[in-house]
Amino acid sequence: MSCERMESRILGYVDGRLKENERVEVEKHLADCAPCRLRVQEFSAVSGLLDELPLIEPSSEFDARVHALVAAEPVPKASWWAWLHFSPRIALAASFLLVMALYLGYGTDKRVEPPPDDQAMMQDLPVLEDHDVLQNFEPLKTLPAPVQADDASDTEQQQQM
Amino acid sequence: MVRTDVQLMLDVKAGDGTSFELLLQRYRTPLVNFLYRMVRNREQAEDLAQEVFLRVYRAREDYIPSAKFTTWLFRIATNLALNSVRDNRYQKLEVSIDAPVTVDAEDGDEKLLDVPEKHPNIEQHLVEDSRRKMIRHAIDKLPEKQRAAVLLHKYEELDYAEIAKILNCSESALKSLLFRAYEALRVELAPLVAHHVKQ
Repeated sequence: MSCERMESRILGYVDGRLKENERVEVEKHLADCAPCRLRVQEFSAVSGLLDELPLIEPSSEFDARVHALVAAEPVPKASWWAWLHFSPRIALAASFLLVMALYLGYGTDKRVEPPPDDQAMMQDLPVLEDHDVLQNFEPLKTLPAPVQADDASDTEQQQQM
Repeated sequence: MVRTDVQLMLDVKAGDGTSFELLLQRYRTPLVNFLYRMVRNREQAEDLAQEVFLRVYRAREDYIPSAKFTTWLFRIATNLALNSVRDNRYQKLEVSIDAPVTVDAEDGDEKLLDVPEKHPNIEQHLVEDSRRKMIRHAIDKLPEKQRAAVLLHKYEELDYAEIAKILNCSESALKSLLFRAYEALRVELAPLVAHHVKQ
């Protein structure tokens, strides 16, 4: 290992954060490199000096200030989607109802063959429908009455003969 | 069983206020100390730490545990601290050079967690106080990104991957950054370092 490569590992070595194979590699280099050995000692000294700085205690009002800030936050308005999100039971019940509705609507649609008479009637249904259409066709109703007088006199004449 | 940070945050997301309180208790001291060492002003550090907690609370509904909670938390804190340091720098530039020189009020403003009675005499206390000032001064002189890297590495004990994410750089860039920071500290603290090495 070169001295340059040591730069990325020396602090990890001082803090004991290196992996086992990296540590072995560093120690192999240190055994032959006096400047890097000195650097390790100096960095250890710096690390020890940093430990001398004491911790400070947050002021007694600190928590109260945080609580006040949090309490002043507006309460978010939950949408009904969010309501569903936080109520898994309701979401489950809704899903169940949906599945049941689909099952009843489509799942039970087993086709039953109608009786033969009904089948014949259904086949003639277009004819019947045409009959109904013609019977109720308004323009036909407005037509003049059929010429029945001639026919009637013909009939009478035939009877007389 | 102790709940993890991520579990607590997910509980906060579900509306549990006591979980937020637990996160506050867990991270109030580390955050205030990190920010104090970044901005060197106690009041400002507390204001920033409160802002961090507020942002965590505001982001609760969108929280997705895609990274470690500490990575997210200290990323918010670091961004706030870096912005604050830059703002302070510009404010200082605007101060008149004729302004009277004042003693660094922050140095005497620390409520220490360790007990001062452990110092048997005043002379030793003064020596230690002088060393601390020197160390603080050396940290203050670091460029802000190097300072953040050292603080997160040394005091928060975050791993390289976390710190790299917080500082938005690669792990190799972070190692290089930390090496340069320790080099600068070694030079700045040379008398103290030499004393340690001799021992």
